[in-house]
Amino acid sequence: MSGNGNGSRYVGQRLRRKEDPPLITGKGVYTDDMTLPGMLYAAFVRSPESHARITSIETSAAAARDGIHAVLTAEDLDLAAGMPMAWVPPGVEINTPEHWPLARGEVKHVGQAVGVVLGEDKYAVVDATEDVVVEYDPLPVVVDPEAALEDGSPLVHEQFGTNRTHQWGLGSEDMDVAWQEADIVIERRIVNHRVHGAPIEPRACLAEYRAGYLTLWSTTQIPHLTRSFLAGSMQMSEDRIRVVAPDVGGAFGTKLNHYPEEAVACAAARRLGRPVKWTETRSEHMTTTTHGRDQIDRVKMGLKRDGTITGLHIDVLADLGAYYQLLTPIIPCFTAFVASGCYKIPRVRTDITGVFTNKFPTDATRGAGRPEATHVVEVMVEQAAAEIGIAPVDIRRKNFIPKEDFPAEVAVGVVYDSGDYHGTLDKLLEKIDFDELERERSELRERGIYRGIGYSTYMEICGLAPSRIVGPHGVGIQGGFWESAIVRVHPSGSVTVFTGTSPHGQGLDTSMAQIAADRPGTTPDVVEVIHGDTNTGPYGMGTYGSRSLAVGGESVARAAEKVQDKAKRIVAHMLEAAPEDIEVAGGKFTVRGSPDKGMTLAEVSGAAYIPENLPDGMEPGLEETTLYDPEHPAGSTSCATSLSTTAGRRSTPC
Amino acid sequence: MAPVRVSLDVNGTTYEREVEPRLLLVHFLRDHLGLTGTHVGCDTSNCGACTVHLNGEAVKSCTVLAVQADGAQVTTIEGLGGPGDALHPVQEAFWEHHGLQCGYCTPGMIMAAADLLARNSDPSEAEVREALAGNLCRCTGYHNIVKAVMAAAKATGRAEAAPPPPPGDPTVPVTGVGA
Repeated sequence: MSGNGNGSRYVGQRLRRKEDPPLITGKGVYTDDMTLPGMLYAAFVRSPESHARITSIETSAAAARDGIHAVLTAEDLDLAAGMPMAWVPPGVEINTPEHWPLARGEVKHVGQAVGVVLGEDKYAVVDATEDVVVEYDPLPVVVDPEAALEDGSPLVHEQFGTNRTHQWGLGSEDMDVAWQEADIVIERRIVNHRVHGAPIEPRACLAEYRAGYLTLWSTTQIPHLTRSFLAGSMQMSEDRIRVVAPDVGGAFGTKLNHYPEEAVACAAARRLGRPVKWTETRSEHMTTTTHGRDQIDRVKMGLKRDGTITGLHIDVLADLGAYYQLLTPIIPCFTAFVASGCYKIPRVRTDITGVFTNKFPTDATRGAGRPEATHVVEVMVEQAAAEIGIAPVDIRRKNFIPKEDFPAEVAVGVVYDSGDYHGTLDKLLEKIDFDELERERSELRERGIYRGIGYSTYMEICGLAPSRIVGPHGVGIQGGFWESAIVRVHPSGSVTVFTGTSPHGQGLDTSMAQIAADRPGTTPDVVEVIHGDTNTGPYGMGTYGSRSLAVGGESVARAAEKVQDKAKRIVAHMLEAAPEDIEVAGGKFTVRGSPDKGMTLAEVSGAAYIPENLPDGMEPGLEETTLYDPEHPAGSTSCATSLSTTAGRRSTPC
Repeated sequence: MAPVRVSLDVNGTTYEREVEPRLLLVHFLRDHLGLTGTHVGCDTSNCGACTVHLNGEAVKSCTVLAVQADGAQVTTIEGLGGPGDALHPVQEAFWEHHGLQCGYCTPGMIMAAADLLARNSDPSEAEVREALAGNLCRCTGYHNIVKAVMAAAKATGRAEAAPPPPPGDPTVPVTGVGA
């Protein structure tokens, strides 16, 4: 990150968070906290079947109930597109089913929305959903991804003739050599089971359509992208849509998506001319908010007798569920990118097979594809050590990429820029006093107490950038992976930062204020950070993938740097000094060697906004914008470590 | 069913309303009184985001009917602090010790912790963890929450001996770890 050249004051300091006062006093504003005049509540009619044809939907009894305003089904929604999926993999054929926000003709997973009831009372709409009579003709169901690939399996989407979604192989082409060079080849079937992100705040959205303008407040990590998707499905010009992520109560990847309920709320609000709010129950959340992982990995590792790994092959079977959400089929690719872990393995290959089942889609959840790889690699290393008869610590040390090898290209073609894996493991073992733990384990064992000692190394991709690697002609995600920032100094000298990220617990109000304050020599208490509103800042990519501070924070730093540069030129002009002699110190811009000669930021911005005496050709005002796209593959740098020790139960002495 | 008339003292103000007998206390607070600081996280009494004090005791307001609270005294997160913007020691400690991230579980956590400290002014770490077992947080990993509650207990003990210092400037570094 670029420095200010004058010594940072606030970056690195421990501050009380700027965002906390409303949150600890109940004054935060989360989506479900908002109401609008004339607002209707929405409740969804959901499928109890995993797979069925819808033979009829009878809504009249529900619509006739007191306080019910409308009951809508798929044909009532004026939407030009279904739910988006953002991956067009280069050279890979993929079966992509239509995914409409309300079911059309068939349901393919439990919880799929079939209709929506709208009314003025939040209890009454739930009651009325029970009066919507949907007749289903059940179809055969498949929920096991291995069974889904067998001949004769029920098909989730008949038109494809298979449940296979796509296949993609990444990495070495000559795995035979790895097995020939190996003395031992071990094979394992490793299950990365299905998980849920489960933030404490369930999803919610509130849509208002008024005089040709649409506003959606939503529990989302990606307000700007959501606006783009709505422009397509609602057939509206993007400038007439505003998406706001107010306070968001955690997400963990589950809100990195555009969901059917958002599209339905917007379409219903336009159709009915009334604002529409929907808030998820926890049961709905577990059923119809994206799940994660769900891979079965068949893994093969070749080793020399001394523990040197000659090759690793992972056959990933990824259960993608019944449809695609935004990133569903790309998640297992992230497994491939970090399949080498921290190890120097000459040949590594990952073959991915995606499969449809009658379950809710998987998508990004806490690490999205990378923890799966860590699990696989670290389990294999441990199993190999046991099979060969060497210590797990030793097999790791033997195979780590040595410090002097960086930058190091691993078999999948990714370059790790730096790392010290021996150093981090040594530090971990020292901190937990590994030798002592092992010594105690032997002692305890004699007394009939079993202790397990576990640890792991891992490789991560943090930041999800740059665009040319992750984007359309790289990995194939149809988007850019830069981040935006505006740093606006007001005439009074206080500052507003606009960021394209959309934090939901990460503390960016504070950290970005620290970054922005240092460069123009001000303090974080007069720096306000605005995020999550498409009407107040530049387009932005949102908050996910450990990217917000790494990419978004750098963007703030660069915009603040530009502000500092302009301020220096103004000060130099007014104090008749050279710009390179202007320093930022003690909350002032001063002339080097003459600390008594200086201007505060308020004085500089005053001069900038009342432009009587600016350098020739300089525009008035003090505001700068940056859209920052990282230049280097981001983040796969650190070997971090985790530890778990589990004391076993005391056994009964014989 | 016919509406029922209830009268509740919430944060020192008496409210009389006609409510459905099935109306949950949490929805009475949020939708009828506009006190949206009390959150709903799970609908099942698991997560504790909806914790309020009912006659001085912590309860999960998603599992109490508004009619059950008729005539009762209720304190919500909005009413926990002192006059003006004065923070309760538990609120202060959550701020100081980074006891929150997204803030959604926080009101419930703070109400549960305040209830513990009202009953036990010097809890052990194990007692804090046990008292908060009914409150879930997905962001923090609980470590700083427990730290905050322990610190609040200590601060409360000190406050009994001497008046608290004025609230600090949030932008003044708490510790100088340097840049």
